[in-house]
Formats: sequence, structure tokens, C-alpha cells
Amino acid sequence: MPPRTNGDQPNKVYFFGTCLMDAVYPDAGIAAIRLLQSQGVEVVFPPQQSCCGQPAYNSGFVKQARAVARTQIQAFAKPYPIVVPSGSCAGMMKHHYPDLFAGRKEEAAARRFAGRVYELFEYLVTVLKATFEDRGDPTTVTWHSSCHALREMNVVQHAKTLIAQLKNVTLVELARETECCGFGGTFAVKQPAISAAMVKDKVADIRRTGATTLLAGDCGCLMNITGAMAHDGVAVEGRHLAEFLWERTNGH
Amino acid sequence: MNSATNDNQGARKRILARLYASGTHTTVVPDVSIPPELSFDRDEKIERLTMLMSAIRTEVHVVDNGAWQDKVKELARERGWKRMLYGPQGPIGPEIETALRTTEDGLPELVAYMQPVETFKEELFTTIDVGITSTRGAVADTGAVVLWPTPAEPRLMSLVPPVHVAVLDADAIYDSMNAMMAAENWARGMPTNALLISGPSKTADIEFTLVFGVHGPKELVVLIRK
Amino acid sequence: MGTKTSFDFAGNIEGALKDDQLRRNLRKAMDILVEKRHTVFPDSNELQQLRAAGNAIKRRALQQLPQLLEQLEANCTANGIQVHWAEDTAQANRIVLDIMRRHEAPAIVKGKSMVSEEMHLNHFLAEQGIEAVETDLGEFIIQLNHETPSHIIVPAIHKNKDEVATIFHEKLADTPYTEDVEELTAIARRALRKRFASAKVGLSGVNFAIAETGTLLLVENEGNGRMCTTAPDVHVAVMGLEKVVAKLSDVPPLLRLLTGSATGQIITTYVNMITSPRKNDEQDGPKEVHLVILDNGRSRILADPQLRETLLCIRCGTCLNHCPVYVRIGGHAYGHVYPGPIGKILTPQMEGLERAGVLATASSLCGACGEVCPVKIPIPDLIRRLRNESYDQEQTAVVDGGGYKQNLAETMVWRGWELANRVPAIHEMGTRLAGAMGKHLPKVGPLKQWTCVRNTPRLARSTLHERVRNEGVSHE
Repeated sequence: MPPRTNGDQPNKVYFFGTCLMDAVYPDAGIAAIRLLQSQGVEVVFPPQQSCCGQPAYNSGFVKQARAVARTQIQAFAKPYPIVVPSGSCAGMMKHHYPDLFAGRKEEAAARRFAGRVYELFEYLVTVLKATFEDRGDPTTVTWHSSCHALREMNVVQHAKTLIAQLKNVTLVELARETECCGFGGTFAVKQPAISAAMVKDKVADIRRTGATTLLAGDCGCLMNITGAMAHDGVAVEGRHLAEFLWERTNGH
Repeated sequence: MNSATNDNQGARKRILARLYASGTHTTVVPDVSIPPELSFDRDEKIERLTMLMSAIRTEVHVVDNGAWQDKVKELARERGWKRMLYGPQGPIGPEIETALRTTEDGLPELVAYMQPVETFKEELFTTIDVGITSTRGAVADTGAVVLWPTPAEPRLMSLVPPVHVAVLDADAIYDSMNAMMAAENWARGMPTNALLISGPSKTADIEFTLVFGVHGPKELVVLIRK
Repeated sequence: MGTKTSFDFAGNIEGALKDDQLRRNLRKAMDILVEKRHTVFPDSNELQQLRAAGNAIKRRALQQLPQLLEQLEANCTANGIQVHWAEDTAQANRIVLDIMRRHEAPAIVKGKSMVSEEMHLNHFLAEQGIEAVETDLGEFIIQLNHETPSHIIVPAIHKNKDEVATIFHEKLADTPYTEDVEELTAIARRALRKRFASAKVGLSGVNFAIAETGTLLLVENEGNGRMCTTAPDVHVAVMGLEKVVAKLSDVPPLLRLLTGSATGQIITTYVNMITSPRKNDEQDGPKEVHLVILDNGRSRILADPQLRETLLCIRCGTCLNHCPVYVRIGGHAYGHVYPGPIGKILTPQMEGLERAGVLATASSLCGACGEVCPVKIPIPDLIRRLRNESYDQEQTAVVDGGGYKQNLAETMVWRGWELANRVPAIHEMGTRLAGAMGKHLPKVGPLKQWTCVRNTPRLARSTLHERVRNEGVSHE
């Protein structure tokens, strides 16, 4: 799939933080913004933004999903690209907003909005053509992708491109890298036993890599897996790749 | 069975009415083409067919046209086949008779499949070591011989005996099933039974352990006549 | 649709998750099947093209479904195949019984057929004093053990060879205990050969019914299918009405997709194409061939443009093989004939949402199934659709039992969520409050479930919204 570009190098982008990054991983959000700014881009953060609506959308509550989606569409009104540090939320906005508003008066606006959505690593690699220099000590990491980043947004290649740029970072891949971690939004709550079995297996897989850090591109997965690792006393740190990348390349 | 017929007609009417009223005629059909099929020359066809079928334990022998009966005799002696089922009025019937109706030893008794199976079942199921049939052709892309059983070479010949020998003309190997069906215009009329056979019968239902010779033949021998 | 009976999905799941051997067997089996499929489709681009072609062929068949069924019927009838129509499984069972009685057949030998499972045919016939003999090795094993299949393609995949050895030893006369798989297979061969030779009636499913020529196409590896459809006097084929395809030329790509996806084979041992019963001059083959076309809710499924895609299914089982839920709970946990992702979308539509809607919750919507479905059924979208039908907020449900899940408590939760996410001030307040509680968030409701295996998520003291304001990021 050829990378989408905005014609010339854009100088302004919107940043959609996602609800989980906002509440649980704001450091990663700041890091993502700094990464974009480091490429000479002005980042705009509309304050009315909140949640992409996916939790309700996947649970059978389309009305509530639509109402919240509408809020986001209105919040990101100008024609700037919308950069999203989550394949899951980006997928929701890009692929499902048009469905949510199909046949309604907001359909055209939803399509225009969806057409401007980029996942963060996709944007850094394919549009900004960012390259980073590793200033950190040697370390071993492993990578987990959200299912939507993998299958809907197809952006795992870009995350791995960025990791590969870090010369002192060794990536050991998970044996079952493409298997779901069991978060699934409300799935973790509606089918907790199955979800628990899935996250336990994911943690066992992570341990077997010998990595000291788990990198992820999605806060939902991150929260799920790190929660399980902490519960079982597993000494692996979980980081959003944006935060890890910013730290490694800015010597913090 | 009047009430059953009426039930059937009623059910048919209601089912079709629901289907016609379903709006399914509006189903969008994307305009896509089937990926192009592979195409081979004659030697490639023989090679590919041999490779694919051998991989699933078919025994494939490429023989000169005049020599295939000798091959049958050689195999018969080697394997100790005692009773060989064949179709006298089939395409290879006379040639089998010529080869095997002799006083040479070590050759199997020929058993003709010429009566309805009802009169013959016990014998068929318990005393026949090998069934030998002609074939209509073969398909190279997926690796299978094609049989159209006939009154002269009935269906069970290639199923019941523990060994099936299939005699195939190299010139009757097609690139693919579609190529064969189109060239022979199968759409004009199908036989009572048409078969593709790629190897001996098998199963992996128990812990994925592959075992040959479940209910169909344990051995499939294909003689490709050039 | 029958009385509302519940099945203990939660109990089934709990039992399955604790069954270490089941999980080991399933994991090993699914890994093997996934790998086989991967090997047989080495070229990713070609596979995507083939899937698109399969999708188009099946869509075309659905588009013309009633016409094709009529054409199939006309051609079958002209060929001497007797065509029957059954609106539901009770009718289908009666049709089979009728044939059995007319031929005074005490037993029927069966090739593998998921439709016959849907009919609960064996149980029905047993109640009528008729024996149904499963002849597919996997089905044979589980029948001896009074179980139902746990997988569409490999029905006994949850069983080890020592379990099979025990079953054969205990349930078959004069059978010693052996774990040697060749010997076990030989035991089954001997036991069933007698039945094939003596059976008056044989039953099969139908993989594809070709309207153009009135032909029933069956695939298999063991030879039991050919035995059931060729040796007895009578052959009865049962099929779901969505199995019809238009033309002979539709078959090769679908076959490639089916055998490649189901078992990782380029082609099965046998492809069996049946067009008529024994003709006058033939020596063998069944003297009567019957085709039973079953509706059982499919015509209703067809009526909805989105849900209709459920009927593209060619019953390959690969969605099961790739599903992170199926590999952990196995087929029996689903409590119905069709397990796995396809089961999650088919069963609620056939049985109604009240009985089976819960199946649609057992998915993280990871999309692994949709990614591999050979005919590109958008399974996650259909799961989501069934969730929508379960709550039916917009009162547009078409599936029986729509709206069954509506409840005030949950609606209030989502309304609260909506409010918080529409009104920035409330959003701020909510996240600040939660953030201030740090690790003291009350472990109730969802959080209680969460914390069984995970630590409580630690909400940040300053949200991203705040940080952005404080750190001078533009917020126009």
C-alpha cells in the first residue's frame, strides 16, 4: 500500500491522544507529540477530544458510539491530518466512522474525517520519513501489536522500522506475535476468564523472549499486559513505543 | 405417499417464496477474475503429476506404451496379487486378458466385473487383491487421475480392493480441472459418477498421525503410458 | 424455534479452561492446521486473489439462489435424483426416516455431514429404533464415546491416542488395547467394512451442489464417503440450501480454497461427483439417490444484506483454527453444532438471540478469522452486528430475540460514558477524580473482573489534556 501523503510536507497536524493515553499514559502522549514536533511539525491538540467511541461501538451501543464520534469529528474540524498513537483507535476512526454515519447527514463529514486519520508510526515513517538516532544503552525488547494495528491499519511494519533504527536495541520477536492479548475492550470484562487465559499466555511468551522491555503501540494492550505482568511479579517493563523512542533518542 | 409429497410441495413453495422475496437478487457481486491457472508442456505435466501424487504415496510408473502390461505382470509377481478385478469390455480389458490369461506362473487370476454387485458383494469385498482400471485422464496442477466409471468399469473397482492400479495415457493429462472440463465439455452432460483420485486412502484423525488405507485402497499405482 | 433453553456457556468455558489436556491438544492441533494452510498457500498475493474469487463466486450464487436451486432440482430430477425440500430439521428427519422405512433398513451408514449434526439425525433415528453408523474415523471415535464433534473438520481432535485406544478397547467387541495408530485405524477399517458391505442406505452431506449439471460434489480422504454413496442401494444426501453453486467452472477455485483452508491439502484423496443413480446398464452404484435441501432458518438469514454473508461459508473450519478463543475452550464449550467464529454468527441466527446470543460476546474482535476466511466473510463485523441486534437500540433488529439484552443498568453506564466523553468538563472531572484515587479505585464490577489476574491500572495524576495545556502544546 503506497504511503499517503499530503502533497508537500505538512506543517500542522492534529493529535488525537485516545482516552486511555489521556488517563493512564500521558507521558507517552507528550512523548508522541515531541516526536512529531522534532520533525518540524506543529502539533495541535483540540481540547474537546475524548474517546473514539470504539468501546460502545463494539458492545452494541451504537447510539452512544455515534454521539461520541460526532464530538470527535467536530473537535477536529480543520483539514489537518489527524495523528493517532493507537492502531485500534485509528482503525475505528478511519474504517468504522464512515459505517457509523452511513446514510446519515454527517456521512460526508465522517468520510472526510476518516480520510485524514493516520496511525502515529505510519505517519512518522511514511509521511515525515523520520529517522532517529539511538542514544541509549544496549537493551533487549519485544514487540506486541494490537490486532487492529496489525489487521485493520497494517502499521506493524512501520513500528518495526522505527525500532530497527535504534542501533543499541535488540528486538526479539514473540513466538505468537500476532495472537490477541485478550483485551478486546469490553471483552476483558464480558468474558474475563477467556481474556485472562489469553493475557497469561501472552505474558509467558514475553518472558520467554528474555526481553527487559515490552513495547506496544496501543494503550489498551499495554494496560492489559502490564497489569498481568505486575500481578504475577514479572520483571518486564511495558512501554508505549512513542515513549521509548523519545527517551532513546533524546538521552533522558 | 401422498401426504409426504404434499408436505414436500408445500415446503418447496414456501422456501422458494422466502428466497425470492429475500432481496438477495440485490447482492453485489464484485467483478474479479480467477487467478490464472498454471500451464505445462507434456513432459512438465508428467513430471508434475508424478511429483504431486508421489508426495502422497501414490506409486507412479512412467512406461512406454507397449510395455505397460509387462509392468503390470512385474508388479503382480512382486506383490503376490492372487485375484485381479478388471472390466473385460473396458478400454484396457482386452489388453489385460492378453497379458494375464497365460500359463505363466505367479500371475493373478483375472476376475471380471460383469454382473450386478448384489450378486458379487462378498467376493468383491473379501477376495479381490487389486482392481485395475483405465482412466479418463488426469489433472497436473493439483495432481489427480480422473475416472468416469462406466458399465464396463464400475465404480467400486477403484474403491473396494486394497490396491487400485490406474492406467493413464500421458496425452490425457490436462493442465487443470477447469481445462479438462472445458476441453471435454463436461457441462454438456456429466456421467453418473465422476472421480478425481490423488492417492491412496488416508486419515490423520488420530493426533494427526498419517495412516494410509482406511476405507479406500491402501495402495494406488498409476501407470503413465507414453 | 423450540423452547428457550439455556446452555451453561460460562460453566462450559470454566471447565474447558481448566482442562489442561484439552488445551494442550487443541493448541497442538491448531498449530498444525495453521501451519499446513500456510504451507499450501505459499504466495500471499495469489491467495488474496483466490479469496476474492471465492467470495465473488459465492456471492453470485447467493444472488441467484432461488433460481439456482430450481435449476439444480430440475437437473437432478432429470438425472434421476429425487429432490426433497425441508423447511426445518424435523421435516428433514422425517424425510430420511421415510426412506429408511420404505426400504426396511435397520441401519444407515453415514459419511461426515455437519447438516446431519444440525438435524440431530442420529438421535432422531435411534428413537425410531434405527442405527446410524458414523464411518468417518473421527466421527466413529466420538460416536463410540457418545460425544458430539468438537471441530467441523477434525471432529475428534480433542482426543489423544490413548483415549482412542481406551474407547476402542472398551466399546468394540474383541478389541485389544493398542495405542498404535495404524492398528487403531485397521480396527476401524475392519469394523466398518462389514457395515459398508451390508448397508441398504448410506448418507452424505454435500460440499458443493452444481446447478448447471445437477451434480453433487463431495470431498474426502478416507474413502468412507464413497463407500456410503456407492455401496448401498440407496444414497441420501443432505445439504443446506446455501451450498448450491452455479457452474462446473466455479468448482476448482472453491475446491482449492476448501481443501487448502481445511486441511492444508492441494486436493483431497477423492473428489466425488455424483450426478445420477445407477443406470440400467451399470453394475454398481445406488439404485436411488435422494437430495434433501434444508432451509432451517437460512432463507431468513438471506433476507438481510449484511447477515446474508454468513451463508458464504464453505465449512472449511479455518476460522476455528485461527481463533484465540476456540483454541482455549474447544468446540464443545459452544454448546451447539457449529463452534468457533462461524458458529458465533450462525448459531444465534438459527437458534435466536435469547438462546445463543451470548456466543457473540466470546470474541475480542481480533479479526484473525476474517483475515483467513477463504470466502472473505467479514466475521468480526457480523459478530458486532449481532451484538447490536442483542441490544437493538434503534429497534431495527431482524434476528429473532432482538433487544433481549436491553437493561437499564447497562444503558445507564453507557449513557454516563457518553456524557463524560461529549462534555469536556465532565470528562476532565471524571479522569481527575479517578486519577486522584491512584491505586484505591474500588474493585467493583468491571474492575473486580479485571483485577483477578491483573493489577489495577494506575491512572495518572495529570491527564494528557492537562499536560498539553501546561506544556504549551497548541490547542486550537
